[in-house]
Amino acid sequence: MTLFFSFIRRAVMQGVPLLYGSTGEIITEKSGHLNLGIPGIMYMGAIGGVIGGFFYEQTGADFGLWYVRLFAILIALTCSLVFSCLMGLLYCFLTVSLRANQNVTGLALTTFGVGVGNFFGGSLIKISHADVPTVTLTKTSGCFAKHLGFVDSVNKAAQAGKCPQILAELCQTVFSYSFLAYLSIIIALVAAHVLMKTRTGLTLRAVGEDPATADAAGINVNRYKYVSTCLGSMIAGLGGLYYIMDYASGVWSSDGFGDRGWLSVALVIFSLWRPGLAIIGSFIFGGMYIIHNYIGGQKLFFLTIPKLSMQAQELFKMSPYVMTLLVLIFVSIKEKKEALPPAHLGQNYFREER
Amino acid sequence: MSEQTASSATAATPNVSGSPVPAIELRNITKTFGEVIANQGINLSVYRGEILSILGENGSGKTTLMNMISGIYFPDSGHIFIDGEEVLIRSPKDAFRYKIGMIHQHFKLIDVFTATENIVLGLNDGRYDLPAYEERVREICGRYGFVLDPKKKIYDMSVSEKQTVEIIKVLYRGADILILDEPTAVLTPQETDRLFDVLRRMRDDGKAIIIITHKLHEVMALSDKVAVLCKGRYIGTVVTKETNEAKLTEMMVGEKVDLNIHRSEPKNPVPRLIVKGLNCKNEDGIAVLKNISFTAQSGEILGIAGIAGSGQRELLESIAGLQRLESGEITYMNPSTEKEENLRNKSPRQIRELGVRLSFVPEDRLGMGLVGNMGIIDNMMLRSYESGRGFFLNRTAPASLADQIISDLQVVTPNAKTPVRRLSGGNVQKVLVGREIASAPTVLMVAYPVRGLDINSSFTIYRLLNEQKEKGVSIIFVGEDLDVLIELCDRILVLSSGSISGIVDPRVTPEGMTLKEQIGLLMTKKVDETAADTAADSSEKPAVADSAAVQTEITPASENGGKEAPNDGNQES
Amino acid sequence: MTETKNHKPIREPLFHLAKRDNLPRHKALLIRLAAILVGMLIVCLFGLLIVGWDPFRIISTIFDGTFGTPNRRWDLFEKTAILLCISLAVTPAFRMRFWNIGAEGQTLIACLASVTCMLKIGDKVPNPVLLLIMVTASIIAGAVWAIIPAVFKAFWNTNETLFTLMMNYIATQITAYYVYIWSVPKGSGHIGIINANTKAGWLVSIGDYPYLLNILIVIVMTIVSYIYLNHCKHGYEISVVGESEKTARYIGINVKVVILRTMAISGAICGLAGFLIVAGADHTIIAGSVGGQGFTAIMVSWLAKFNPIAMAFFAFLIAFLGKGAKEITTLTGLDSSFADIVTGFVIFCIIGCEFFINFTIKFRKKEALPGAEAAKAEPVSENTEEQKDAVPETEEKNEEAIPDNDGKEGSEQ
Repeated sequence: MTLFFSFIRRAVMQGVPLLYGSTGEIITEKSGHLNLGIPGIMYMGAIGGVIGGFFYEQTGADFGLWYVRLFAILIALTCSLVFSCLMGLLYCFLTVSLRANQNVTGLALTTFGVGVGNFFGGSLIKISHADVPTVTLTKTSGCFAKHLGFVDSVNKAAQAGKCPQILAELCQTVFSYSFLAYLSIIIALVAAHVLMKTRTGLTLRAVGEDPATADAAGINVNRYKYVSTCLGSMIAGLGGLYYIMDYASGVWSSDGFGDRGWLSVALVIFSLWRPGLAIIGSFIFGGMYIIHNYIGGQKLFFLTIPKLSMQAQELFKMSPYVMTLLVLIFVSIKEKKEALPPAHLGQNYFREER
Repeated sequence: MSEQTASSATAATPNVSGSPVPAIELRNITKTFGEVIANQGINLSVYRGEILSILGENGSGKTTLMNMISGIYFPDSGHIFIDGEEVLIRSPKDAFRYKIGMIHQHFKLIDVFTATENIVLGLNDGRYDLPAYEERVREICGRYGFVLDPKKKIYDMSVSEKQTVEIIKVLYRGADILILDEPTAVLTPQETDRLFDVLRRMRDDGKAIIIITHKLHEVMALSDKVAVLCKGRYIGTVVTKETNEAKLTEMMVGEKVDLNIHRSEPKNPVPRLIVKGLNCKNEDGIAVLKNISFTAQSGEILGIAGIAGSGQRELLESIAGLQRLESGEITYMNPSTEKEENLRNKSPRQIRELGVRLSFVPEDRLGMGLVGNMGIIDNMMLRSYESGRGFFLNRTAPASLADQIISDLQVVTPNAKTPVRRLSGGNVQKVLVGREIASAPTVLMVAYPVRGLDINSSFTIYRLLNEQKEKGVSIIFVGEDLDVLIELCDRILVLSSGSISGIVDPRVTPEGMTLKEQIGLLMTKKVDETAADTAADSSEKPAVADSAAVQTEITPASENGGKEAPNDGNQES
Repeated sequence: MTETKNHKPIREPLFHLAKRDNLPRHKALLIRLAAILVGMLIVCLFGLLIVGWDPFRIISTIFDGTFGTPNRRWDLFEKTAILLCISLAVTPAFRMRFWNIGAEGQTLIACLASVTCMLKIGDKVPNPVLLLIMVTASIIAGAVWAIIPAVFKAFWNTNETLFTLMMNYIATQITAYYVYIWSVPKGSGHIGIINANTKAGWLVSIGDYPYLLNILIVIVMTIVSYIYLNHCKHGYEISVVGESEKTARYIGINVKVVILRTMAISGAICGLAGFLIVAGADHTIIAGSVGGQGFTAIMVSWLAKFNPIAMAFFAFLIAFLGKGAKEITTLTGLDSSFADIVTGFVIFCIIGCEFFINFTIKFRKKEALPGAEAAKAEPVSENTEEQKDAVPETEEKNEEAIPDNDGKEGSEQ
């Protein structure tokens, strides 16, 4: 039972960066732009936070003070948002204003973003001539990873036998995450609400479905594309920030973020362009990513699940992509219109084109 | 009709609703596109509580005129008055502000949205409250008698429902001047009747309504006044009650223009292509070809007339192997082998492999007949690239063909490799027709070959067609200019909403009316099943019909007109 | 038009964009060169700020890192060759407007096929036979990986961009799976150089040049691709389908067959690239064997406007920048990802410059007519070139002038 709850917790923590990434990408794609730069943007979000946090820590501020901690969070957060927003702006400038091919621009953005991330992650000390052996932002990370205090006390109580173990586990599973994890869910829910229940959402969806119609209805198509892409990039960037500050405890390792960016893109398809579904999807994907650590040896009714070998883990890591493919195939065969990508996804809009 | 009558008609226009100033008035509007005059000196006025029909053939400038009112184009000169005050309409937004709503032929709707979502898209009126919007949509539906579920998705809708959404969209925005661009073109007769009921209710509600159409019986049934355009010029406005179909036709087709196109007598015509009982449905499952039967003969030009969208494209594409047929037979009589080949539901390649030399100049020149981004040489290869053994393309033959076409037809192009997209319309057409003729066809189908072309290019095309005819090619010519059809063709088959409404011999003038008027009437005639059969039978008759044959053509037509009096004829609605 | 002035001033856009396609080739080339220069300028600026090197040193180091020694030169050309090979692979699909971004996976799965052959039958058959089997297996593997999305595209119109993207990671994980199975020592996750002693399945080196055969094969492939795309019936069909499916059907091309065939070819060339990577260079496999070149190749192909010869140049440029930038990081001890940043800057500039090749900005004259359409109808004639262009432009408007006719056909569908 403990194992099960710890699995859920790990799955959620794995899922949060994906959720940020896919919420951001959904918002972008709803405006008709397939931003394949998302993996790069998430790297940028991460490195932005690292750079901000690194230099703040270098000032030698006393992290014992609450306002210093708050400040650390704000600085890292701001840097992260600025970095990813700049990437979004670059993508918009190239694809919306200059009408460059979206796939090519996105891929270039990914190469660039991953490069920037790894470069600064690996060379920050050298560049800044700082006197530390590695980029390890334990203090800043500590601020980000802070979770609600009462979870620990419930835990202690359970250990002391004052309350049932299951309650402590439940409590931990629901409340033990850092604020960025909760924020990801809130953002996804807000995005779901805005997309489906507000005028802004309606307009945005119209832009992605048929920009010419939106244009004829007096909507400023380019503005919507810019805003949604930049906003989407910023949200995706937070995914990188969460990964580095909470999941990786502030330790940068080259390519440590892995293919989570692409998983986010996959999750967009898997969740049928709905941020609400993406919440559940992100936890499923997160679970897939780590399930190999948890299964094996247990008895499921009368079947004993064999212990997974190292290689089988790799196959398990494949499952999110396979599931996404199946969803993609299924909806295209079923031709359920709501589940299809926005009709103008990947195509630039040029009003005078006939 | 002379200019004098026209102006007097305008002056005598009664004010149906009694309001002192017209809701919208156009004075002396002129619009040109390059050299082409789309509208010249147009005067129009519509009062509130009035339905004005704008009548005119294809290309008479109706849509251009309406686009100027709705802010899509801006007139070169002239004045627009709304409620007596001069206004400038520079953009669709301006038009909205003056409460002008236009319902285009192409629906601008988003498939995955509901009706209501489409209706309120782009509006900004406070809180976004879908249920309230739906309520308002229902209210509008109730007021004018629309039948529409506000929650239905567009992709689940029929064409007429989509049109309803478009109309409600403009009503929702408070439009009180409504312009409908050929609203009935896509509707069934029942849907048309329902639409007209709605429009009448709107008129009674005090809206000014302009409806563009070229269907005479609809004009008679619906409108209070009719304004007629012909070739971009304003002919006049008449009160519907004081006119009849014959008079309107006369105004619409204008006087016969002598083009002096050379026409030779067909030399020993034999059946080349026999079409029997063709039925075809479009993607929406609506029948676009109904029981089409005719015979195209060698050495003659068979003209096909009809208002746009009467099934001309589908007919040619069926023969070319690009449409799936519901039923019917297409038989080709091969002149070299004397064999009959069945072309039904064969792909263009299969048709070619049967040895059928069928050439087709489609209406969509750069989208279908040619590849815009390729040069003339590569476009020549479209037909011939497969010829020759082996894996490689042979560009020598196409290159010499390209050079030949460039010099023979005087194609103006920097060189044979310039993308054809960059050539002018006339030169594009010369390239296309040149290529199709170069394959020495036995059947040549051309769709609107002179559309957008200047006089010289047009005559080059006519000359080419006549040359082919004299070589014994069977030519099927889909055209829109009746003058051209009458002077060029040996027989004219008239299509009306997917059925054959008659086959006319252009050498013979019918009694009591001009040939143009006869064709004009046939074009808008409603054909029921029996009438279609009659037409089918008559098509079996020899090509050079005597006047008696034509008479039998007209008789069912006039009978028919009589039968369908409620929608037709001189009765007021 | 005099009335206009009596009314309130109209807010007009300062300029509007118009497509152009008649830019002379040398001008387009000039614009691209300028973009590369601007990109290099940004790189130098970045280097100055971050690395602290002056531009001269950066440029000279890049050249030294790529051309300094024979080994570096061979390495550079080998890298160019592989990148070019994958770029050639994606090109037929792109010409067909099929956005195959799955070259990474198609190449990797081919690498895996090659490695499988090396491991399983490396000691059982003579080397030439083994190489033949390897190349066949690789090509088949690549082609199969490419045909799967093509089938779904052809029959169900499944979005090929997303599909091929997913296929990449499936390939990666399958490879990772086998890498674990075959890892030496067991469980280490590394296979190491395969057949290091017997050199079975190693592409023979010509003379003393280990990569020469690789390079020669790719040169041949470039020429073959160029001929296939421009002088073969298949290439012609691909272009027609890419330009207009309607035209393709009009002349009787079976569009589905062309899609499947072209993707098979696309995948097969990826397969060849995979074979070259394994047999000709790496002699091993890791999950990152292709190292993102499948994605870079897409950019190369697009930047070269799908022209195999131009592709050779762009592949070289990117390999050159990457390798040169790596030299800077080796010397300074900075992270090697600096190379990605450098290529990124240059690529962004080239992507951006395409705009100036494809569009022209027409500034609105002060006394222009109000209403966008009115002003648009007037061809702006600045020089003789524009004048030439003006003729077809007015013709286009002519067709617009008679929308009565165009209209109905469309709405019937």
